[in-house]
Amino acid sequence: MNAPTPPATPNDFAAYPDAQGRFGQFGGRYVAETLMPLVLDLEAAYLATREDAEFQAEMADLLTHYVGRPSPLYFAERLTEHFGGAKIYFKREDLNHTGAHKINNCIGQILLARKMGKTRIIAETGAGQHGVATATVCARFGLPCVVYMGAVDVERQKPNVFRMNLLGAEVTPVTSGASTLKDAMNEALRDWVTNVEDTYYLIGSAAGPHPYPMMVRDFQAIMGREIREQILEAEGRLPDAVVACVGGGSNAIGTFHPFLNDEQVRIIGVEAAGDGMGTDRHAAAINGGRPGVLHGNKTYLLQDAEGQITEAHSISAGLDYPGIGPEHSWLHDVGRAQYLTATDIEALDAFKLCAELEGIIPALESSHAIARLPDIARKVGKGGIVVMNLSGRGDKDVATVADHLGRTI
Amino acid sequence: MTKSRIEARFAALKAQDRAAFVAYVMAGDPDRATALKILQGLPAAGADLIELGFPFSDPMAEGPPIQKAAQRALKDGMTLKGVLDLAAEFRQGDDTTPLIMMGYLNPLVTWGFEAFAQAAAKAGIDGLIIVDCPPEEADPLADALDAADISLIRLATPTTDDKRLPVVLRRTSGFVYYVSVTGVTGAKEADAEAVRPAVARIRAASGLPVAVGFGIRTPERAGAIAQVADAAVVGSALVDEVADALAMNEDVTERVLSKVRALAEAVRRARTSLPA
Repeated sequence: MNAPTPPATPNDFAAYPDAQGRFGQFGGRYVAETLMPLVLDLEAAYLATREDAEFQAEMADLLTHYVGRPSPLYFAERLTEHFGGAKIYFKREDLNHTGAHKINNCIGQILLARKMGKTRIIAETGAGQHGVATATVCARFGLPCVVYMGAVDVERQKPNVFRMNLLGAEVTPVTSGASTLKDAMNEALRDWVTNVEDTYYLIGSAAGPHPYPMMVRDFQAIMGREIREQILEAEGRLPDAVVACVGGGSNAIGTFHPFLNDEQVRIIGVEAAGDGMGTDRHAAAINGGRPGVLHGNKTYLLQDAEGQITEAHSISAGLDYPGIGPEHSWLHDVGRAQYLTATDIEALDAFKLCAELEGIIPALESSHAIARLPDIARKVGKGGIVVMNLSGRGDKDVATVADHLGRTI
Repeated sequence: MTKSRIEARFAALKAQDRAAFVAYVMAGDPDRATALKILQGLPAAGADLIELGFPFSDPMAEGPPIQKAAQRALKDGMTLKGVLDLAAEFRQGDDTTPLIMMGYLNPLVTWGFEAFAQAAAKAGIDGLIIVDCPPEEADPLADALDAADISLIRLATPTTDDKRLPVVLRRTSGFVYYVSVTGVTGAKEADAEAVRPAVARIRAASGLPVAVGFGIRTPERAGAIAQVADAAVVGSALVDEVADALAMNEDVTERVLSKVRALAEAVRRARTSLPA
């Protein structure tokens, strides 16, 4: 149903969005008029930081000494052997401060918020990783922080809720809709439209109105740039494929973007297929949705025949979102990236396999990408190189996994 | 043809030296039959214009009352086509009260702008307010609506400064909707004195009537706004009547219409001449 339509192939895949925040037909700024001046201000402020040496230096310093960058590129020798194909490398974002890639973007945005003179930070969170990262940088800079989190997610991610509280953030459970990430984002937007003077909305995904998809991507692209350098050092050449899981898609776009113009590098995202793509319980916007408008941008969405947004389903709270960042929608349509899927069960199996063979407990989100590695490694073949972004650690997920294995802890 | 209902209504009210009372109801709330009865009763109860909300699963600019109204309507099976059917049925008995649909973009994206605009014109829709479609994104929709002679009503807000106002007013027609508070519908109260200069500024820049909404719940507030604006819009307070009537097992139609009568009466009494 979503066969890529063939628009003209751009000469420079990395040159988007355009001035209107468009990636082809996707992206844009579909927000209430009250918020338009705010997103325009944000865009201007963000673009100014690109030229601001002091800003860049402060960000680089924090990324080194606070986050712990660069994160290692690790050769997963036993998984490579097990799959029997291309060499598998993991980009170890799980080793960052706060345990996932989310902090990269939060460092950039908190510095921007301070520069803009904002005194209150709000955020939405699904799994809680972005909420924890936001609460962390707010604590670091002494700013009050309100995190909107679906009530269902509050229940299934209790340790992260407590972590946010320890960091001084107020976690507001959202009970509208299905009480998950989509509803948390609605509620954060409602807060922002109410508190326009002092509040900065720190979006964690490469989604939302322009400039967020561009800005979050840019802050996350440090991962892809490091991978380039690290793989050149380790192997003397670029990888044959880069792989990442995709919910909203910030870890994926940060990994992919520096490789978009390297035609020999295959780019592969993995969406959450929940109970399976043959069911209506999944979270695969590209593989199971169609273009529409939600949360400030035009993108692939899970929706019914009437254009009502439907609920996503995934074992992984971080992928449990009915949309996807607009740049992914565009990369799919122009055929530059390929989007596969992995089910809950496949992700659980990959989770266990990675723990047992590599001594790394991956986040359930990242486990979706691991689940597709056997096929990808085989397809690329021996002598090839595949880099996967291990976007987060799985400590937060052990209760969920125990539950699914029928164990009590 | 359809545009003229809005113009004719505001011209007639100006001749009477009074502001319009605009009633917002959610199509299909709590069910189709009741919503139709409410709709048909609105003009006699004093609604000069009607905003007909069409439900969306993720109404980002709405407070809890209209969120819940949309959920009730969706649960009862209301669709975008169903909203147009309701409008067409209303039109059989009333060919003069302007009908403005208000909602979010995605259902229209799904239908297709051109086809929707033609169907809406046929159903007797005069205008459209799309909350998540700012001027920067509005051209494709505005083109389709222009071709069908339907007004795309623009929103101005407290964050719309002088620099932005011309952008907001580009390609506008019918009237301008001033969102009187920063926030979601039905949450904060509008202050008539703070609203007065904003309305004057927008009226001067657009040459169009200015309706004020998002912060009006009581007859007193509606009356105060009617003294400074060309129209006062009430939505959340009306859908709250639906919720309350359901909770107390009362006649939903009567609850809503009696609230409309009280609000409309306050607007009618508010002033004897338009402010300069």
